[in-house]
Amino acid sequence: MKALKFILIGILFGVILYKSEAASWYRIYEMFQFRSFHMYGIIGTALTTAIIIVQIIKRKRLKDNNGEQIVFPDKDKSITRYLVGGTIFGLGWALTGACPGPLFALIGAGYWTLGIVLLFALLGTWLYGILRNKLPH
Amino acid sequence: MLLEYIKQPWPWYISGPLIALVMYLLLKQGKDFGMSNNLRTMCTVLGAGKSSSFFRFDWKTQAWNLLVVLGTVIGGFIAHYFLSDGTPTEINEKSIADLKELGIIDHIQGYLPESIFIFNGSLFQFTILSIGGLLIGFGTRYAGGCSSGHAISGLSNFQLPSLIAVIGFFLGGIIMVHFLFPLIFA
Repeated sequence: MKALKFILIGILFGVILYKSEAASWYRIYEMFQFRSFHMYGIIGTALTTAIIIVQIIKRKRLKDNNGEQIVFPDKDKSITRYLVGGTIFGLGWALTGACPGPLFALIGAGYWTLGIVLLFALLGTWLYGILRNKLPH
Repeated sequence: MLLEYIKQPWPWYISGPLIALVMYLLLKQGKDFGMSNNLRTMCTVLGAGKSSSFFRFDWKTQAWNLLVVLGTVIGGFIAHYFLSDGTPTEINEKSIADLKELGIIDHIQGYLPESIFIFNGSLFQFTILSIGGLLIGFGTRYAGGCSSGHAISGLSNFQLPSLIAVIGFFLGGIIMVHFLFPLIFA
């Protein structure tokens, strides 16, 4: 039953990513050229709604379905890893037009070449894992 | 009819709040919204724990997120085959002109430019797809998240690290589109 819930949430997410055109390579290109409001509208309204949700959960101390209080752990403080890692990801996002969410939605839509991107994304993640101790964080 | 309306591309003011709804549904299940974590979990499932302690954790604790991935794949399938009228992405005229000049497209079709994503066996395509994948996989893990984990989850909780990461996303994207595209494609 719980498994089905997560699959359904994923289906909703995949449909939204595809129908919003956030999964379109062209939208990402245009976004990085600052020539259209579309992607900024999506991210802006998603973020505004999410801020309201987080504030309500914190102020009302809402619990999850298991009865546990919902907590938001702080992320580790650093500049290097976020700036350098973020820039590396941004290069890949602009080149393939796909961040990890849309990547999976596009594979479902039948664009099998995104499977090559996924395979190498796994390789990239693995490379990070083995080089992690040598990288500045 | 409603279905005809749904089949058109969805406006940003519908899509954005729906993405936040996905985050809320996961929080209600006691989980966080973050897609790139799945790449790490998949490496663990594939046996990467043998080569790095980074991958030595019980992947079953992340199985829920792999189910979200499975759903996302199914969602993409449903949206593409049953909920779309095939409208090509309508982007800015100047961007279309730029793409033509770079030789990436001669016209907009669907969501992805054929010259990169419809495989014709060329080493050039394979190189672009594989380097793109490497950058995504390495970068998201180094930064500890992607568009969902940082730009939505992190920023909505006012996390400074997430703001720095999102600035990085745009720095990388701008460098790629403005400076590297002309070198790669022209």
